[in-house]
Amino acid sequence: MGDDSLFLQYLLSGITKGSIYAVVAIGFNLIYSATGVLNFAQGEFVMLGGMIAVTLCAFLPLPVAVAAAVVIVALTGCLLEILFFRKLRHHTIMHMIIITIGLSIVIQEVALHLWDEKVRSLPYFSGSEVSSIRIFGASVSPQVLWVLGTVAVVVVLLHAFLRYTLQGRAMRACSSNPDAAMLSGINISNMRTLSFGLSAALGALAGCVISPITMTHYEMGAPLAIKGFAAAILGGLGNPMASVVGGLLIGVIEAFSVSKLPAAYNDVTAFALLLLMLFVRPHGLFGSPSGESVREV
Amino acid sequence: MKRLLVVLLVLSLLALPAVAQKADAKKPIKIGAIFAVTGPASFLGAPEEKTATMLAEQINADGGVLGRKIELIVKDSGGSPEKAVSFAKQLIEEEKVLAIIGPSTSGETMQIKQLCEENKMLLISCAAAEVIVNPVAKYVFKTPQKDSQAVTWIFNTMKEKGISKIAVLSSMDGFGDAGKKQILEMAKPAGIEVLASEAYDKQSTDLTDVLTKIKGTAGVQAVVNWSIVPAQSIVAKNMKQIGLNVPLFQSHGFGNRKYAEQAGAAAEGTLFPAGRLLVVDELADNHPQKALLAAYKKNYESRYKEDVSTFGGHAYDALMIVTEGIKKANAADRDKVRDAIEGLKGLVGTAGIYNFSPEDHTGLSLDAFEMLTVKDGKFAISKK
Repeated sequence: MGDDSLFLQYLLSGITKGSIYAVVAIGFNLIYSATGVLNFAQGEFVMLGGMIAVTLCAFLPLPVAVAAAVVIVALTGCLLEILFFRKLRHHTIMHMIIITIGLSIVIQEVALHLWDEKVRSLPYFSGSEVSSIRIFGASVSPQVLWVLGTVAVVVVLLHAFLRYTLQGRAMRACSSNPDAAMLSGINISNMRTLSFGLSAALGALAGCVISPITMTHYEMGAPLAIKGFAAAILGGLGNPMASVVGGLLIGVIEAFSVSKLPAAYNDVTAFALLLLMLFVRPHGLFGSPSGESVREV
Repeated sequence: MKRLLVVLLVLSLLALPAVAQKADAKKPIKIGAIFAVTGPASFLGAPEEKTATMLAEQINADGGVLGRKIELIVKDSGGSPEKAVSFAKQLIEEEKVLAIIGPSTSGETMQIKQLCEENKMLLISCAAAEVIVNPVAKYVFKTPQKDSQAVTWIFNTMKEKGISKIAVLSSMDGFGDAGKKQILEMAKPAGIEVLASEAYDKQSTDLTDVLTKIKGTAGVQAVVNWSIVPAQSIVAKNMKQIGLNVPLFQSHGFGNRKYAEQAGAAAEGTLFPAGRLLVVDELADNHPQKALLAAYKKNYESRYKEDVSTFGGHAYDALMIVTEGIKKANAADRDKVRDAIEGLKGLVGTAGIYNFSPEDHTGLSLDAFEMLTVKDGKFAISKK
């Protein structure tokens, strides 16, 4: 194996990991954009999506199972918002963030009791465990292309939604100035519910496409949320496109760090980079230091 | 009349201790269990908990031990050494159990080894790492085969296949670290050269980068992966996906059919040493373990509707060793039971045939293992 194809193999490996981080980071970003809240239960939406899809897959065809899982988790997201946030007297950001942390723990426990502790996974969308696509001497699982494709489609749709539809623009308005948005007749509570639903749906979709690669179990959410969070911060909060770049960047850096350093230092490299970023450019690569995309937390 | 009453009262008070003592002989024998029922090591802990519960019920249904029932107190550590320590303290100080079986993982066991030794608490661990019984601690035993025996089996198989240059992967936890140390120590005397050795996070979701590094290392003839976590399936899949086509050896931690199922077609041909429980159907009828293994497999699978794993077997053996110790000592006294266990010989268990001695607290010899492989999605004995 030549040096070039080895380089490419590391790159593909990084893209595989990065696309997983990216797809989680997008969900983070969406709720943040609408409410200014960092939803630490985002990883749990990913887990629920995977779990429900695997369960349904036993008696439904794969695409239907995935679609049903996305709908169920989206409704769950809306329901959680209505139950835990709507009636909240003081909508301070800090309160809401702490509630999301609590929710993440509760959802994990519920999942443990609803299902069990076992690891499960969806079948590969195309090909199988052993199939791979060769690109210039390097190989990659076809499922990685599914993940990348999903990320691309989601980003484009989300961008269009936030830019060009009334609902999307209302959502952005809530983010940049909730009071002004309320005065212009936007129902902020409904917008928040919508953003939770959408973000839960995205998380569930992510949970389905990554399931064949990472496998799904009740505890998978937290580590994913941490990496997705890092990706969102690195890219700059408030911009879904930036999350994708942030995610891919972390993945690729991790992969190349393995080529030089022992694999044990994988996380160290990723988080050292994140810390450096927070010192030098706290608003992330593509966030602007002032303005709508950054809010005080 | 009054005097008579007083006399009666005094008499009855005198009789109390005797009654109490009798009640004590009828009280159940408390045995503690610490298993990682949930969490990343639940592949071990969940079948262990099910097995121990099932076996305790069977023993009680058959009249218990020395006429007393067994009360199994199970604690779920979630695989966390910190929790294992606090549960061990609770079992020792509050529940005052006769013995503790478990924990499931080597990391947890090493955290409570000293604690049990200091409190003279009998511990029968279900974890595999060699360090648990080497150096020997007076009160600590373990039921799975030793790491070094697994490594010996792997190296012997490699020699048969003409493999001498390998890469080693391990998870960053107690089991992975201990196994890696064994491999690196034993490689040179066995004439095996370790060209690369990498450790990965136990929650890893993709290992193509680490395997790319191995692919880029010239001369690697086989990969050995040492872990108990789901990453075992990921390694198998990723190797095929990036086209790293050399034999994959796994540790005895691969002995749960779920791992092979998760890796699907990628697991085909994986080689790993394991006890005979997984291949009980292939055993000759006169094999000493056949009857016990077949009965355990049948009971477990009909009750829990899932495949039996070697890990559940470790809990079976642990509880059986304690009860056999009690029977041999003819008393539920911790020190007597400990001495009795050290003298158990020829005890047939799921992992092998136990012959304990003051120097050997595992009691299993090299032939407790068999080299297995995955063939058509099922475990089979690897034919030379």
